[in-house]
Formats: sequence, structure tokens, C-alpha cells
Amino acid sequence: MYAFEIDRPTTLAAAVEAMGAEEAQALGGGQTLIPTLKQRLASPARLVSLAGIAELQGVCKDDAGRVCIGSATTHATVAKEAAGDYPALAALAGGIGDPAVRNRGTIGGSLANNDPAACYPSAALASGATIVTNTREIAADDFFDGMFTTALEEGEIITEVKFPVPEKANYQKFEQPASRFALTGVFVAKYADGVRVAVTGASEDGVFRWTEAEEALSANFSPDAVAGLSVSADDMIADLHGTKEYRAHLVNVLTRRAVAAA
Amino acid sequence: MTTVNMTVNGKAVSGDVEGRTLLVEFLRGPLGLTGTHVGCDTSQCGACVVHVNGEAVKSCTMFAAEADGAEVATIEGMANADGSLSTIQQAFQDHHGLQCGFCTPGMVMSAAALLKDNPKPSEAEIRAYLEGNICRCTGYHNIVKAILAASGQDADAIAAE
Repeated sequence: MYAFEIDRPTTLAAAVEAMGAEEAQALGGGQTLIPTLKQRLASPARLVSLAGIAELQGVCKDDAGRVCIGSATTHATVAKEAAGDYPALAALAGGIGDPAVRNRGTIGGSLANNDPAACYPSAALASGATIVTNTREIAADDFFDGMFTTALEEGEIITEVKFPVPEKANYQKFEQPASRFALTGVFVAKYADGVRVAVTGASEDGVFRWTEAEEALSANFSPDAVAGLSVSADDMIADLHGTKEYRAHLVNVLTRRAVAAA
Repeated sequence: MTTVNMTVNGKAVSGDVEGRTLLVEFLRGPLGLTGTHVGCDTSQCGACVVHVNGEAVKSCTMFAAEADGAEVATIEGMANADGSLSTIQQAFQDHHGLQCGFCTPGMVMSAAALLKDNPKPSEAEIRAYLEGNICRCTGYHNIVKAILAASGQDADAIAAE
């Protein structure tokens, strides 16, 4: 790792101020950022740790019935505390990485990083979640902007994520067993006004909505409704773990499994 | 450099660290607690698992500065006060839960974290919890037996192989 300074603010206001420094970068749980720093793929002058900010912690429900999760809340905490109100989201959180990773990794860190194979972006997109920052609210549909890219501005910090609770939902992850990331993952959420389907791990453009499946499932919420559909393999990720065609096939299989399990 | 203060295995310690100093480097270097191992250094293998404020974390993927003010427990703090092996450690010995032993500190720390939250885990729960602890001697079967035994359950209930 290149050398850097580390700040540990205890309030959001102090964190926002610290992020104003030259080449400052926010540090969530560090489960992706620290390995990235070790590989010298990033060289911030200053890291601003968000882990010690109490106002960014915790899971609660707002007046609109949405599950609201502080950005510095760990996956392990979401797995426990969201289990009653949004079981599919809690199950997703409880399947990220491994137990020790889940004790450090945070929802805000995962969304801000927008790894094309991360689990959380699919939940946020399929739920039509709202990503709250220190300056504004961003709809999930406007937040993810391609692989490792988001709508976040320089120095902007995610503070909270608000999830409308669906009638039914399920996340199916086809795990890459070494990295424990999703080789492909599909989150299906059924709301009163329609079904949303978000796919992670598959596309070169990062998480995306499979709108054709959404239309079919909104008319008929059953695995058979999507049996004849397919996504194009053109923009899929290809690596030694799976070809483009393999991932495109998985999208359909996992969608059907998610609908069946929801 | 910043000064960090933390409690490690019940003792107050302090030291000067760089921003980039990992918790495991602080434990193994200045503190001389070399029982915590660095296996992969990429948060995959779990040899470096310690407890921070009671939760299992990979000490190769956390900065020492982030543990300022924390209670840290390492394998050196696992034995009983009289120096005898703790229940989990004794179970690893009794059930031959190690071959080369490199992964063992992390396995014991993960096992302790599991049993704290789930005192009577099933075999499947133990195997799921150890997902982030890799043993290259393929000793998982006896490790699972050891943890079953440490939880007061019948280790022979799982098929011998």
C-alpha cells in the first residue's frame, strides 16, 4: 500500500469536512477498498473512515413503511435486523462474503463501489430504493452508472438507503465459490404496481433491470411467465468462470428460481 | 503516525501506527502476538481472524487505527487463566482438528465467535460459518467434529470419513 493518512470522524458533519481534503476517499468497512489499496490500484492521500459515526448506523422503518438502513451498517447487522421487515434483503445481506467479512462490510460501501458482481446493487435496483446522501436523494434507477461507477459526486457520502418493502421478493445468487461474489445474481421484487427484476454479476455495464421479464411477471407472477424469454449475451461478462452465453442462461434460470421461491 | 490505544486480550496496549498499518501487522509486530497468522492477505482465507469488540473480523483487512479504543481478542487470549487449553482448543486437539496448524488460530477464533451466537450449531451451520476459513490440509471434517464436541454435542454424529 502507498502511504495515506486516516481520519476517524464521529459525526457526519466532520466526515463531510474531511472529505473536502485533497484526494480524500471514504472508507466503509474496507472489505473491497483495503484489498484494492494493497494491490496499489488506488492511492488516496487520505481515508475518511465512516465506521465510527453513530448517526450512519442501524436499521429502522420510516412513516411510509420503508426499511431505512444507515450507510455504515454492516451486512451482519442488516441480516439480523431487517429479517422481520424485509426477509429477502436480510437473506441477501447474510449471504455476502463470509461471516467475518459481513462483520465489517457495509451497505453504503457496497453501493458506492458498485462492483459489477456485488449483491446489494441488485436489491437496491429491484426495490426501487432511494439512496440518501449528505446533499440529496437519488433514486436507484439513477444511481448506478456502469461498472464501478455511480451518480455520486466527489466528496459526496451515502448516509442512508430507503427500501420500499415488496409484497414478495427473493434473491438468487449463483456464487463464485472462491471470491464468494455472485457469478450471476437475480433479485425479484413484486410490488402492488408491478414486478421489478434486477440482475448483478452478469453485465459489462454492471447491475441492470430485465424489463422484459418485469412485464411478463407483472402480468403473471410465475416461473412459466419468463420460461420463453432470454437476455442477449452480447454485453455479458466473460471470464474463466463463465462465458457470456453461460451468464445469459443463468439470468433466466435464477429469475425463475427467485419467482418460485418468493 | 497516529497513536492507537486498545485492549488486547484484556491488557491495555498502545503504539504508534501509520494510516496503512493493518491490525494484524500491529498485533504481530509491535505486540509480538504472532499466533495470528497471515495466510492469503486478501481476506479470503481466515487465518488472521481475531475478535474486535466481540465480533470475528479478518485482521488483514482492517486498519490498526480503526481498532483504536476497541477490545481485541486473539488466539493468545483463548487459553484458560491457568494456562490450560480452552474447551474449543482442547476439542481441536482431541479430534485432531489440525494437521499443519497454520489455519488453526483463525479456525479457533471463528469457532468461538460461532458458539457465542449459536451455542448448539448443527453440522451444516458449522460448515456454513467456516466458509471464510480455508484449511489446505483438507482437515475440515475433524474441525467440524471438534466444534461439535466443543459445543457439547456428539461429534460422532457426523459420518466418519
